[in-house]
Amino acid sequence: MTVNGWIQVALYCAIIIALVKPLGYYMTRVFNGEVTWLRPVERALYAAAGTNEREEQHWLTYGLALLLFNGLGFLLLYALQRAQGALPLNPAGMTAVAPDLAFNTAISFVTNTNWQNYGGESTMSYLTQMAGLTVQNFVSAATGIALAVALIRGFARASARTVGNFWVDLTRATLYVLLPICVVLALVLVWQGMPQTLGPYVDAVTLEGGKQTIAVGPVASQTAIKMLGTNGGGFFNANAAHPFENPNALTNLLQMVAIFAVGAGLTNVFGRMVGDERQGWAIFAAMGVLFLAGVAVCYGVEAAGNPALHALGLDGASMEGKEVRFGTLASTLFAVVTTAASCGAVNAMHSSLMPLAGMIPLLNMQLGELIIGGVGAGLYGMLLMVIIALFVAGLMVGRTPEYLGKKIEAREVKMTLLGILVLPLVILGFTAIAVVLPTGTASMGNPGPHGYSEALYAYTSGAANNGSAFGSLTGNTLWYNLTIGIAMMIGRFFVIIPALAIAGSMAAKKTVPPSAGTFPTHGALFVGLLVGVVLIIGGLTYFPSLALGPIVEQLAMMAGQTFAAGN
Amino acid sequence: MLKQLRPALVMIVALTLITGLAYPYAITSIAQAVFPRQAGGSLIERNGQVVGSALIGQAFTGDRYFHGRLSATVAPDPADPSKSVAAPYNAANSGASNLAPTNKALIDRVQADVQMLRTAASAGAAVPMDLVTTSASGLDPDITPEAALFQVPRVAKARSLGEGQVRRLVEQNVQGRLLGVLGEPRINVLALNLALDDLGKR
Repeated sequence: MTVNGWIQVALYCAIIIALVKPLGYYMTRVFNGEVTWLRPVERALYAAAGTNEREEQHWLTYGLALLLFNGLGFLLLYALQRAQGALPLNPAGMTAVAPDLAFNTAISFVTNTNWQNYGGESTMSYLTQMAGLTVQNFVSAATGIALAVALIRGFARASARTVGNFWVDLTRATLYVLLPICVVLALVLVWQGMPQTLGPYVDAVTLEGGKQTIAVGPVASQTAIKMLGTNGGGFFNANAAHPFENPNALTNLLQMVAIFAVGAGLTNVFGRMVGDERQGWAIFAAMGVLFLAGVAVCYGVEAAGNPALHALGLDGASMEGKEVRFGTLASTLFAVVTTAASCGAVNAMHSSLMPLAGMIPLLNMQLGELIIGGVGAGLYGMLLMVIIALFVAGLMVGRTPEYLGKKIEAREVKMTLLGILVLPLVILGFTAIAVVLPTGTASMGNPGPHGYSEALYAYTSGAANNGSAFGSLTGNTLWYNLTIGIAMMIGRFFVIIPALAIAGSMAAKKTVPPSAGTFPTHGALFVGLLVGVVLIIGGLTYFPSLALGPIVEQLAMMAGQTFAAGN
Repeated sequence: MLKQLRPALVMIVALTLITGLAYPYAITSIAQAVFPRQAGGSLIERNGQVVGSALIGQAFTGDRYFHGRLSATVAPDPADPSKSVAAPYNAANSGASNLAPTNKALIDRVQADVQMLRTAASAGAAVPMDLVTTSASGLDPDITPEAALFQVPRVAKARSLGEGQVRRLVEQNVQGRLLGVLGEPRINVLALNLALDDLGKR
């Protein structure tokens, strides 16, 4: 670890903190319908859709609208991939994507996971990248934001029957939040060297006389939303490690800021909508504590390096799977950021990180990506934990727990537990099957405990809708395409529906004025309790699975042990 | 159910047109007009021939040039397209080794490369980490200043130039941290080698 490294961390945190209030202010106005500079477009959309923007929806209707929209998006993206060979904008002559891969990729993008079993520049046509993947980057993010706003309304309202209008929230999130920021960000990224062309791949003759075909494409427009929407699916196979997809330290910083921007701003939207910004800051603080702890461990372990390489006379951190322009700090900081949010873009290969450093991204996802989280998804994940924290606090003093003047009762706690328990069921269940099936173990790219970690990482990333990977696992097989696809679907929709149910039942409750016995939810004590609950639930659920993978591998590495294939 | 079907259909089509066609086309037009060099891939031409991209590393194996990072990219096997063969710096199929830190294959590979560099290099020089490890993209255009300085004796000898002269060229090509803070110091290998060729002409 170096002083310069920590200065880079501090700079990053300062930028995020500075963005919370302005973004929160702006987004609050957007979702209250006070931002109107694209009114004509908005009106035309509602008219064509035949929806009345003033007509709000019950949580069930809201959920149905969301599911229908996502279902159609899935069908469209699947069809586009299967038909791309016969469609225009395909200068590299890509043929139809195989059915199981197209299934996996379509779910992956609709659920905001963006797991990459495909290699962008070797599988997808420009049309698929733009009209398929880029579109889902936008609308899956807008879906997450809409859901978070609906849940916030649930907490903010009293004795209400509705939680908002999905079509209006979806449209406003896309037009007023995601699109304008992306236009600016994409142009800055091009300025810094990111390609943006519909022309064919370029053939070069290298200085030594070799032939090099250089893949290009409309990279910047897709990368901007890939980060801002915490999608993470790369234009290129190497994702944000590819020099075209992340040319320098500035683009790297901008991309990391884009990953956290909307999620961080939503904590402030929450505070503003419930009428007390401190409530938002308390949640942001709990996220910050967990984030910095992750950075410290990941950076510290990685900087210490690999003893097996030091024994060969080499110095410093391992550079296997890293880029020189990023080095150790920018690689590990990116790894923590991308998994704290549900982004999943990578600028270094997580599989080649030191075992404990690679465990931090894994743990971040297992905790439910509630540190900032996916756009929207992080906030609703954290609000579920708030309910558990208050339930625990209520049990300790024997009072009915309250949050923001609403009593938390059996129904909310049941729904919360449903949302929280489905992740470990999917992650641990599928991993357990994959490590005993020959078709599961055949895909593992590394021997020893790391092979198991690859499968654990894959299902964790899928179920948590992250999309980053231990890339050594060959995921493009029938088994992994199908099971990870199912994990992504369950991990997304079986959390969304309970969250919406909670929104509906909270909105219907009466507000009770705070009394002397009310536990204040904006102070350090609450933040501490929330962090504790997150770590205890995550720790109890996943510690055994981590002990078998990264922890035992780190111990083996420190003891000088290596693993060879075939034994 | 049916009441929500129409908005779902209209919205997915409309948002596809807006975010999937209008947005990327608009960005492409502006980018091509304002930043044509970057938008096209930062290509470098010499004598009218594209020799590469300023941002994409390329393979250097001879003694007359500085070498970049090791690259783990692959290409389909011409004999059997379902298999792949090593193809370093394949800029149409980026990728990494993804080897775990405890994988014996990684340690053995690094050991062999360290020994090779040690015998080739002047005695006693420490082998830089980035010269014996593969990059994340397989297309890393940069090496650390230490990795460039390590190669100075070999390149100077192959070109019959003074070591001091080549070292000065390396030092001129170091790109520091942005604003002194962000990223890491680095040297673009293609730019350095182009400058090296120019040095020979003068």
